Amino acid sequence: MPQQTPSQTVGPFFAIALTPEDYGFQPIAGCELTAGDTPGERMRIEGRVLDGRGEPVADALLDLWQADCAGRYPRVPGGGGRAFTGFGRCATDAAGKFRFLTVKPGRVEASQAPHAVLAVFARGLPGHLFTRIYFSDEPGNATDPVLSGVDAARRETLIAQRRDTPDGAVYRFDIRLQGGAETVFFDA
Amino acid sequence: MSAGREAAKKIGPRDWSGHPPYLYLPYRSTEFRAPSKPLVPLARAISELTAPVFGESSVGALDNDLTRNAVKNGAALGERITVSGRILEESGRPVRGALVEIWQANAAGRYVHVNDRHDAPLDPNFHGAGRCLTGANGEYRFTTIRPGAYPWKNHANAWRPAHIHFSLFGNAFAARLVTQMYFPGDPLHDLDPVLHCVRSAAARQRLVARFSMEKTQPERALGFEFDIVLRGPQATPLES
Ligand SMILES: [Fe+3]
Repeated sequence: MPQQTPSQTVGPFFAIALTPEDYGFQPIAGCELTAGDTPGERMRIEGRVLDGRGEPVADALLDLWQADCAGRYPRVPGGGGRAFTGFGRCATDAAGKFRFLTVKPGRVEASQAPHAVLAVFARGLPGHLFTRIYFSDEPGNATDPVLSGVDAARRETLIAQRRDTPDGAVYRFDIRLQGGAETVFFDA
Repeated sequence: MSAGREAAKKIGPRDWSGHPPYLYLPYRSTEFRAPSKPLVPLARAISELTAPVFGESSVGALDNDLTRNAVKNGAALGERITVSGRILEESGRPVRGALVEIWQANAAGRYVHVNDRHDAPLDPNFHGAGRCLTGANGEYRFTTIRPGAYPWKNHANAWRPAHIHFSLFGNAFAARLVTQMYFPGDPLHDLDPVLHCVRSAAARQRLVARFSMEKTQPERALGFEFDIVLRGPQATPLES
């Protein structure tokens, strides 16, 4: 049986291929997942990626995967179309900041609270890190099987905090790679 | 396949005997980026067992030919090569219609990136990025320029061996993989902390392409073969 190919770091120079907008090329996915007519509540997920010293990680890449507002994972091909594909990609800036413009996902299963999944790649990460984003205004968080399985003291690291602004809902989600308030990463 | 069927699909665990640990101090950037707490086991469910899909609209006609996809006023400089292979799941089943993205330095060892300060020339006719979709047997193929080695600041006189970065999607988001392909016979392999993050010599060997006379195009390009194995349903499928 063939064996898994080992992971290697994404390195610092991925932009030309993975987030090439700045070079004038069409990305396969960007930080904006919605098109004009995507149904659902618009939201922005924003935050920073920080290292074990609290320094910004300026060369991280985030892959976001989420259901649509009805809780369905789209089977819609990405690549510059206008349909909601459920897939977004964002590189951090010099301050370690990222943001996704998307819609609030529905429940994918009755027992699970709405969430998105996130893969974190960066220079200095030989393999990517895998986490989930939950939303602070969801009562279902209390009974979600994944959240409930996480040490209560660390659960907050998985919950994006909602703030309502004139531009709509903004959820704050910082990713701490290492240290006391380290984000929960899963062996998915 | 319906979402329900997808959710019932099993995927094997990450093979930690082959994948690198997060902390490997000879690769200095890992020191403050490696998580200090163990990963939390997750009962994989629909969220991790589904994955984005990509179609023909995701790739352009020249996207898999890096010798042509950035041409402005002449040919890309360097040694033309082809890199081809198959994307497979652990069971040996091909991954079809999967997106493969690559990026690399040019022949002189320089990336198109604002932060690459290596004092080596940029090539106006080469940007070093490509993508394609795998075919019915999981096959992919790129034409490109053999990348140069480049210095980095990890330690005194540190050089990365020539490599091509790969980003892969499988049939599940949990199968996502980013890796690097190396060239056979490179004396820098044993000196490279990035390659050596992979602690098993046998696993490191899986990152080294094979030279193939069969894939070599006469008068045109040397051929290298590189197969990639992603996590997937294991050989004996278990229905939940
Ligand atoms: Fe590189």
